[in-house]
Amino acid sequence: MSHKQIVMAGTDARDLTKLAEYEAVGGYASLAKARALGAEAITNELMTSELRGRGGAFFPTGRKWSFVPSPEQNPNPHYLVINADESEPGSFKDNEIISRVPHRFIEGCLITAHAVLAKHVYVYIRGEYLEPYEILVAALEELKERPDLRGDVTIIVHRGAGAYICGEETALLDSLEGKRGQPRTKPPFPAVAGLYASPTVVNNVETIATVPAIIEMGGAEYAKLGVPNSRGTRLISVSGHVERGGNYEVEPGISLKDLIFAPELGGGVPGGRAIKAVIPGGSSTVILTGDELEVGYDFDSLLAKNTAMGSAGVIVLDDRVCMVQLGIRVSEFYEHESCGKCTPCREGTRWMTQILRKLEAGDASEHELDLLLSVCDRINGKCLCPLGDTAAMAIASYVEKFRDEFIAHLNGGGCPCGDHSPLDGVLAPVAQHIHNHASELVPA
Amino acid sequence: MGVALFEKIQEIRAIYPEGTQSALLPALRLAQEEYGWLSPDALREVADALDLTPAMCKSVASFYDQFNLEPVGEHLVEVCTNVSCALYGAQQVLEAFQDELGCRAGETTEDGKVTLRTIECLGGCGWGTIVAVDHAYRKGVKPGDAAAIVKELA
Ligand SMILES: Cc1cc2nc3c(=O)[nH]c(=O)nc-3n(C[C@H](O)[C@H](O)[C@H](O)COP(=O)(O)O)c2cc1C
Ligand code: SF4
Ligand code: FES
Repeated sequence: MSHKQIVMAGTDARDLTKLAEYEAVGGYASLAKARALGAEAITNELMTSELRGRGGAFFPTGRKWSFVPSPEQNPNPHYLVINADESEPGSFKDNEIISRVPHRFIEGCLITAHAVLAKHVYVYIRGEYLEPYEILVAALEELKERPDLRGDVTIIVHRGAGAYICGEETALLDSLEGKRGQPRTKPPFPAVAGLYASPTVVNNVETIATVPAIIEMGGAEYAKLGVPNSRGTRLISVSGHVERGGNYEVEPGISLKDLIFAPELGGGVPGGRAIKAVIPGGSSTVILTGDELEVGYDFDSLLAKNTAMGSAGVIVLDDRVCMVQLGIRVSEFYEHESCGKCTPCREGTRWMTQILRKLEAGDASEHELDLLLSVCDRINGKCLCPLGDTAAMAIASYVEKFRDEFIAHLNGGGCPCGDHSPLDGVLAPVAQHIHNHASELVPA
Repeated sequence: MGVALFEKIQEIRAIYPEGTQSALLPALRLAQEEYGWLSPDALREVADALDLTPAMCKSVASFYDQFNLEPVGEHLVEVCTNVSCALYGAQQVLEAFQDELGCRAGETTEDGKVTLRTIECLGGCGWGTIVAVDHAYRKGVKPGDAAAIVKELA
């Protein structure tokens, strides 16, 4: 199987973190072409390409750009904000994009800035990404000597400080404004009133790193790749019980099974174990059972299975994994990361964890299993942002698809997987008590 | 020391549009790098440098996991225990660090040298277990690696 590389093209042969190397493979030629095309023509090219956002919400990129009001309609400056907060469990593609093709990403920023009439680009990168941050800053440093490339656009790299919710675009904007990163009510949408209440386009790193190729090959060519509603290529993060964890750039439509088993992709399950379940698009997505792997890895096929590509983080779980323990660990994540703004999410995620813990210990009855689903139901659809909804849907899907295993835990049953499950007794940050000896040593 | 921090914060402030408080997160990061943690005094310094109130600075700082509102050790060891890393054995890695350091997750060693913590997904799931040692990612860490890493920090 050969796989078309667009975002990561050229990285096998060269160190594309260097400007000279990137230019040697035709880098920044798309920028010149785009500037000659003009703003409207670039956006049209993006519409033709059918590119959809890679951050998780799948919004058509060209359409998003077309919503930005003209300077006559709104005299405020326009901003381009790049979402490099990547914190969805299972996803690590933006990490690799920034680390290996920073100039392609920057070229995408400059083209997009031109298309949406922005003079300022803010790259909001998660605080933990120190190495990618340094690589990006070094690449921007190289651009300092190149006003021909930079033009009149300023790119500012802004570091987050550890909060998953800041990946939600309006929370990100509040965080970028120096506030607590809590989602805003929409409307107004960022295109109308985003950063500093000005017209703002927010796009994911991979979305933007795809833009130069679309300008180079033309939107129509790009739209020939992949399958309907999932055009082009996607960088898919594969992790968990696979031989070859890593990011793989493939055309959507490939089967999930091939993604996991192809020797040049996931490479199969260690020890030849059976697959119990697969989380297809990061921990916020509905789980698939080991019997559902024939599904195409694309928007429509996954939607037909009631799940999603999300941020394209595939987590493979073998037959030893306890689904109740998985529920606990995933629920603890959302409990920790809930921003606290809405009660159903803030309290509900804590409830989910508590009930799941009781279940795992064998102290729960069928009534509590129903209660768990009821809590999920009371979160889903009753929250301001998708964090609460997706947490509830993910947990409910574990119960629905592995009900027998949940039932086996009830009424003193305890965990049938015992301590064979690799998720047994895993300590999550939310369960970690901070005992600080140093606070006794250092006067406050 | 205080003057240098004040000046550095003004430089950052100049990057962002006037009248905004976008410089707050970078300023808190700078102050933390300077003092190790965000003490009430450090928060006051940041507030003064940005014409904000200390309460605003604390309210923002307390939202983010990376800001320490209590003292921490000279070094930070953070073990990712989210799902993918856990499938590779992150819990065993964490336990190996607990044994080597003689403290539990969430604690600092007796001598104030190292703080050990668990952390949510670090965005390196295919290369786990990921352990961030003073914020630099170590990939594919196994329980047997803990001793050597702890020795580096001594
Ligand atoms: C809880 C939550 C977390 C999110 N995290 C990210 C993220 O880390 N990176 C990202 O690009 N989008 C993330 N998103 C999606 C963004 O809100 C937004 O849709 C996206 O950045 C838009 O860019 P795109 O159209 O290029 O995908 C998240 C959404 C939610 C609700
Ligand atoms: S759903 Fe949760 S994370 Fe989203 S705004 Fe409400 S409380 Fe915050
Ligand atoms: S689960 Fe550890 S890096 Fe993602």
